Amino acid sequence: MNPSNRPDQAPAASTAPAASPPKLTRERKPASRRSALARYLAVRLVLIIPTVWILVTVVFFLMRLTGDPITAMLGGKASPEEIARRRHEAGYDRPLLVQYGDYLLGILRGDFGRSMTNGNYTIGHILATYGPATVELVFWALIVAFAVGIPLGRLAARHYNRLADVSIRTFAILFYAAPVFFVALVLKLIFSQWLGWLPISGRASTRVAVVLDSKVDPDTGVYILNAILYGDFSYILDVLQHAVLPGLTLGLLTAGVFIRLVRINLLQTLRADYVMAARARGVPEGAVVRKHAFRNALIPVVTVMGMQIALMLAGAILTETSFEWQGLGFWLAKYLTARDFVAVQGIVAAIAVIVAAASFVIDAVNAFIDPRVRY
Amino acid sequence: MATAVPVDHALPAEGRRSRFPGLNVLQTAHGLQRAMLLIGFALVCLFVVVGLAAPLLAPYGYADLFAGQLPPTSEHLLGTTVGGYDVLSRIIFGTRTAIEVIAFAIVLSLALGVPLGLVSGYVGGLLDRVLVLIMDALYAFPSLLLAIVVSIVVSGGKSGVFGGILSAAVSITVVFIPQYFRVVRNATIQVKAEPYVEAARVAGAGPGRIMFGHVLANVSQSIPVLTTLNASEAILTLASLGFLGFGIEPTSAAEWGYDLNKAMSDVANGIWWTGVFPGLAIVLIVTGVTLIGESLNDILNPLLRTRGGQAAADERELAEVVEERAAQAAQGRSSHVARSGSGQTAAASAQGSSQEAARGEAEAFEASPSGVAEASPDGSAGTGEPR
Repeated sequence: MNPSNRPDQAPAASTAPAASPPKLTRERKPASRRSALARYLAVRLVLIIPTVWILVTVVFFLMRLTGDPITAMLGGKASPEEIARRRHEAGYDRPLLVQYGDYLLGILRGDFGRSMTNGNYTIGHILATYGPATVELVFWALIVAFAVGIPLGRLAARHYNRLADVSIRTFAILFYAAPVFFVALVLKLIFSQWLGWLPISGRASTRVAVVLDSKVDPDTGVYILNAILYGDFSYILDVLQHAVLPGLTLGLLTAGVFIRLVRINLLQTLRADYVMAARARGVPEGAVVRKHAFRNALIPVVTVMGMQIALMLAGAILTETSFEWQGLGFWLAKYLTARDFVAVQGIVAAIAVIVAAASFVIDAVNAFIDPRVRY
Repeated sequence: MATAVPVDHALPAEGRRSRFPGLNVLQTAHGLQRAMLLIGFALVCLFVVVGLAAPLLAPYGYADLFAGQLPPTSEHLLGTTVGGYDVLSRIIFGTRTAIEVIAFAIVLSLALGVPLGLVSGYVGGLLDRVLVLIMDALYAFPSLLLAIVVSIVVSGGKSGVFGGILSAAVSITVVFIPQYFRVVRNATIQVKAEPYVEAARVAGAGPGRIMFGHVLANVSQSIPVLTTLNASEAILTLASLGFLGFGIEPTSAAEWGYDLNKAMSDVANGIWWTGVFPGLAIVLIVTGVTLIGESLNDILNPLLRTRGGQAAADERELAEVVEERAAQAAQGRSSHVARSGSGQTAAASAQGSSQEAARGEAEAFEASPSGVAEASPDGSAGTGEPR
């Protein structure tokens, strides 16, 4: 807040400053800094509420612009009387603002309504059933993204504007340019159809899926965990085989972003004065990159990676649809097609919460590790 | 344009600021950077030509039906689909659809996002806070999902040629407005404290005139890069909408995403030509646009900018920055330094008092005596750094 105080505070990320400003301030500053941090985090936490509220509101009114859920779903398929009756039953003939208030009150109680198409399940049930599958997919994808994205981004930055850089950038651009479903299609064509190495779709073979869904005691919903708990190696293998192509598809998409991020940030850091100072002291180039530049370059990368959660959720819709991976994305696309607005709103609200929470966590982490964050 | 622009001439050209920004950029680029830029331009030009001349180039109409599903033959160069469409013709007409949608989307999002950002940044206060909150919420949300919801609203999910293109464009626009808003708003906030804005105000110019006459030209530098990057995203969003079944009807326009959706189930039967070719079309056009955007970004990014030979340019660049900063710091304009970059030093010196900044600059100055020595002879030091 007060710029003239900052140089003293900067080295003291979270503990008392090692250097010695005058005694009076030494007593006061760490405390004030900590309380400033607490206040900043509290404000950020409170800001989650309007963020989620705005998104829920936008989606609610956008969807209602096309009509009420019953008409949208049954329009043309049922008689007008039937539609009118069901609209009245569900309360959709009341004023829109009343319905909106009702909906918000329901959300506050944790009641997001029931799906109109999928067995009348509550939204909570749908999230609990299909959420783990999406978490599992994102997990595999993140492994691929980190394993591919960070080393390649680093390599590209070290060899700036030389062959390695240009080929890695081309690779990153190609994977950014290829739509998720096209990567899925090509991978399926090569590895399932032509080579026959991997299954073409699904989370597990039918036989395995039945067992993992019903016969594992603490049912985590995550197939790989269930398979490990079940303790049959062939089941684990089956689940892994099914995970390879979807994980690669979503992972390579994200890896393209990671490469670009790591590269550009490392490039900027490598031009910093303290890196030049390290070089001038005769530190070998490898160590300069590893110890001086790379870690600092990761700070902005961490920030943007938080934003990637939103991208991955969108990518998950396409990946899951391409591989018939029955997670939230797959079902969201189905609900959207069926105009099941209650289910759509529920899942969208859940995604809004996840996105807002992720951005809060990232901001908090940043505030802790980067003393330059203003609050 | 010439490939062998001598280093010494490239620099004054930069200072002169040619009337055609594209040419300027091309001169600034060099080596592989320039090659990437040119390949990108070539790809985009190719697709624009194909899109414009679609009816002349396509062997058949995009909705012409043929019996059965044929692999690539001399009559159907890329084969036909399960539905009986000619793959090549649909790819060619799909180019036209893609270009129309992108053009619409970019114009719409510029027309809405830029003024909103300008007003929000200039007026400030409650309006600014509310707008920022809404835009941040929209920006954080998965863009594809937002686009789907909007496309359902605009067209009920599916529609004819114009309606379909418009609704796809509107869906994409909603995703991009927050990005233009952010960039323009932040730049406006910085610019509105500049003396020339104050001067305009003193001279009696109204807020509208100041915003659109004085501020707009000074906050629009980063818009071209953003627009190119968004254009590539727009193509992908359009294809994703089509793939998920929220795009344009196959009988009213050809659209690559829809064709890929239909092709996905062909894979299990070993039919590859219905999916691979439209997919390649998407990859190529997006690659072209992205190559342009990426190269522009790298060239225009003042923290990475290099000219002429790699090593020499690096040194010169550094010397310029150091000398300019030292000069500024000496005048006690530390706030100005902060704006010149987001690098570690700039941020650090922004936090310090002007005296401390001056000390920091002096240290940096000492760290690179060779660079400074080199900077003076060509007389470019202190003038090359763009604001």
